[in-house]
Amino acid sequence: MAANRHTCDTSTRPYVLEVRGVAKAFAGVQALAGVGLGVYAGEVHALVGENGAGKSTLMKIVAGLEPADAGELWRQGRRVHVRHPAEARRLGMAMIHQELMPFPDLSVAENLLIGHEPAGRWTGWIDRRRLHAAAAGLLDRLGADWSPETRMGDLGVAEQQLVEIARALAHRAEVVIMDEPTAALAGREVARLFGVIGELRQQGVAVIYISHKIEEVLRLADRVTVLRDGRSLGTYPIGTVNRERLIALMVGRELGTTATQQPAREGPVALAVRGLGRAGKFDEISFQLRQGEVLGLAGLMGAGRTDLAHALAGLEPAERGEIWVQGRPVRLDHPRVALDRGIALVSEDRKRYGLVLCLPAQHNLTLANLRRCCRGAFIRPREENRVADERLGALGVRPARRLQPVQFLSGGNQQKVALAKALFTEPQILILDEPTRGIDIAAKADVYALVAELARAGKAILLISSELPELLTLSHRILVLRAGRLAAELDPRRTTQEEILQYAMPAS
Amino acid sequence: MRPQDSRPSVGGTRRLLCAAKGGGTDRSWLTRYGLVLALVAMSTLLFLAKPNFLTLGNLVNVLRQISINGILAVGVTYVLLAGGVDLSLGSLVALTGVVAASFAHPGEYPLIVPVGMGVLTGMACGTLNGLVVTRGGVAPFIVTLGMMTAARGLALVLSGGRPVSNLSPAFTRLGSGDWLGVPIPVLLLAAVAVCSYLLLANVRLGRYLYAVGGNEDAARAAGLRVASIKTFAYAVCGAFAGLAGVVLAARITTGQPNAGIGYELDAIAAVVMGGTSLSGGVGGVGGTVLGALLIGVINNGLDLLNVSSCYQQIVKGLIIVSAVWLDRRARRRRTA
Ligand SMILES: Nc1ncnc2c1ncn2[C@@H]1O[C@H](COP(=O)(O)OP(=O)(O)OP(=O)(O)O)[C@@H](O)[C@H]1O
Ligand SMILES: [Mg+2]
Repeated sequence: MAANRHTCDTSTRPYVLEVRGVAKAFAGVQALAGVGLGVYAGEVHALVGENGAGKSTLMKIVAGLEPADAGELWRQGRRVHVRHPAEARRLGMAMIHQELMPFPDLSVAENLLIGHEPAGRWTGWIDRRRLHAAAAGLLDRLGADWSPETRMGDLGVAEQQLVEIARALAHRAEVVIMDEPTAALAGREVARLFGVIGELRQQGVAVIYISHKIEEVLRLADRVTVLRDGRSLGTYPIGTVNRERLIALMVGRELGTTATQQPAREGPVALAVRGLGRAGKFDEISFQLRQGEVLGLAGLMGAGRTDLAHALAGLEPAERGEIWVQGRPVRLDHPRVALDRGIALVSEDRKRYGLVLCLPAQHNLTLANLRRCCRGAFIRPREENRVADERLGALGVRPARRLQPVQFLSGGNQQKVALAKALFTEPQILILDEPTRGIDIAAKADVYALVAELARAGKAILLISSELPELLTLSHRILVLRAGRLAAELDPRRTTQEEILQYAMPAS
Repeated sequence: MRPQDSRPSVGGTRRLLCAAKGGGTDRSWLTRYGLVLALVAMSTLLFLAKPNFLTLGNLVNVLRQISINGILAVGVTYVLLAGGVDLSLGSLVALTGVVAASFAHPGEYPLIVPVGMGVLTGMACGTLNGLVVTRGGVAPFIVTLGMMTAARGLALVLSGGRPVSNLSPAFTRLGSGDWLGVPIPVLLLAAVAVCSYLLLANVRLGRYLYAVGGNEDAARAAGLRVASIKTFAYAVCGAFAGLAGVVLAARITTGQPNAGIGYELDAIAAVVMGGTSLSGGVGGVGGTVLGALLIGVINNGLDLLNVSSCYQQIVKGLIIVSAVWLDRRARRRRTA
């Protein structure tokens, strides 16, 4: 059927928010070329498209974070100009950002209500009690059980994401934009979030929902708009599309079936860990990882998965226990040591540990193994260019992007650079902490294929993921971590998501 | 040791600064249209007002005048790129000048000794700065402020509070002599700048400096020895301050314990005008040299125009801020 923008819906309801002909170029890249979009009150409007399609840019324009080159914004039938986030807020619009923007040294409560602290009218004196009460209420709504006084920087990525969501709810906006809110969340928090979105819809709030997870979109959205290369391919009522159709629209081609895992060849033990512990993080962790094996690590947020990954990568060494790499005992007390032993990490927090944002993609790529493109101490630019072409090209990052500071790449493309950077160290043991976070469906398929291929080539892979289907298809074995301890070892062919969750939940 | 992040976060500025630039590779001088424009405009104006501005003699004079600030600025570029700051330069100039002068009396040591002693003293102080910052985890602002005071005191102690004079002609030639018509201080600046340019743009260590300044955590996660890399930056900065101290002592033919007051700020101004970010990771030596040149042309022009020195300071301050402002605006426009 010909489902076209604005024509598919027969109702004459006015849009609460409409975008007309928005265009935006960055230093030669046309990020948006005349995009239109209309959103009704009380609907969940999904926005989908590949990495770099322009989704975040469009929403940043709506939220007053970026000026548009051309185009109009209409709010409840009135033309509006949003030049600043504060104006967007006054117009009843709030945005949850894809790239978290926390103030790490402030408390959660201060982060939540920044700019709206309950304060004395004339003195500006902040009323801490009211601040904390308001923050606690917001956190409660999302089922977060930590204190509003926690320092923001002490939270993990997923927890920070929850704070970011709560912050948007604080303003009682009529239009809430969510840019990949579930990218960093695990099952339980996702369910909470969906509950909140349901409530918002009931209250007549319009939710614009960006996600790479098609299932979520199909389940949650009323209508969906597809962007490709900065253009809109139309808005469709959710009943008129299915998974395949959406993917075909986004990608512009059919996608092969996802790689299913081959049985592992029994290789020698690449990594052995015994009695590993670190105060307050994890304890008594013992396992073996063989060459050619993909070992999945499941657990709720805060279960210590990332801390364990950091210990194995030498970022924050374990305090107790022993580690053997290729049969030899090692003390991993600096990332250099880990890298020299062939252990590389793709961090879940790519802004902090993964990338130097102001360096070009190409320089990030080679950073951990710059020696490879050097003669003596001198960098060979031609060699570096060649490597970048090859490595970044393989992951679908366009050549024009190689020399751009990575902070200007879309979130998904940043993730690809972080991945390529870890692979460039030619690791024997690869630790992937949420490797598909924020990357589009085509790239995700590429990463799955890559993981399978690396395993086939004899690499040992420790895969941490909150997406259980991903763990189930990719891993040969799954370890479940609960409150810092190993709770179970499961065979992905014989277990279910429910069983994994049962072991992951705190026994209360 | 935990990575210590003590630099102020100037995210917005950094974002702007990052925008126009390749980052690790020093293309800073190419992208500084604003600065080049300011330089050309200023020179044209001066030429129209005072045609003798554009004589070879005067241009060489400008270069000679910027050489000391230039050497300091190139040195402090390393530190700023690595995300630190160095306020001790002025005092180091005095200290190293006094040390060098004490070894430069006629007929005592070959020239290499006073020069080497000056540079090594500077390097030692810089290394100390770096170690306290990285191993001790004290903010660079405080560490180098302490060094600024202590080095000045040491200069006074070593010299007994009096200028160290009676220097050998071979030594003073370093300040006033020339080689093939080019003043020796200018040659030294050129050598320092070219070597630094090559190091920062083409050598592994240079690239690491950008990475450490851009994101210390990610640099460490990539296996870089962050503390050593930062210490290296402070050491180079100190060594260059030592060289500047030697040149100054040679030029004024005495080792002055009171020399160099406020030099660090002129140097930092030149670096920032040259587009190096105060929060690290972005910039390069090319821009720094341009920045130093612009400051030199301003000084020279105001002298030629016979502006009284009080007004000179006001005008200079205004020009520095507006040059940076214009430049940032130009870049924002090009990237947004
Ligand atoms: N500040 C900027 N400077 C230069 N280019 C930019 C900037 N912001 C975005 N871009 C480019 O604009 C394009 C659209 O980016 P955008 O972040 O909107 O993509 P996206 O659809 O949100 O992708 P993702 O799914 O990966 O988050 C990309 O090619 C990106 O590199
Ligand atoms: Mg995005």
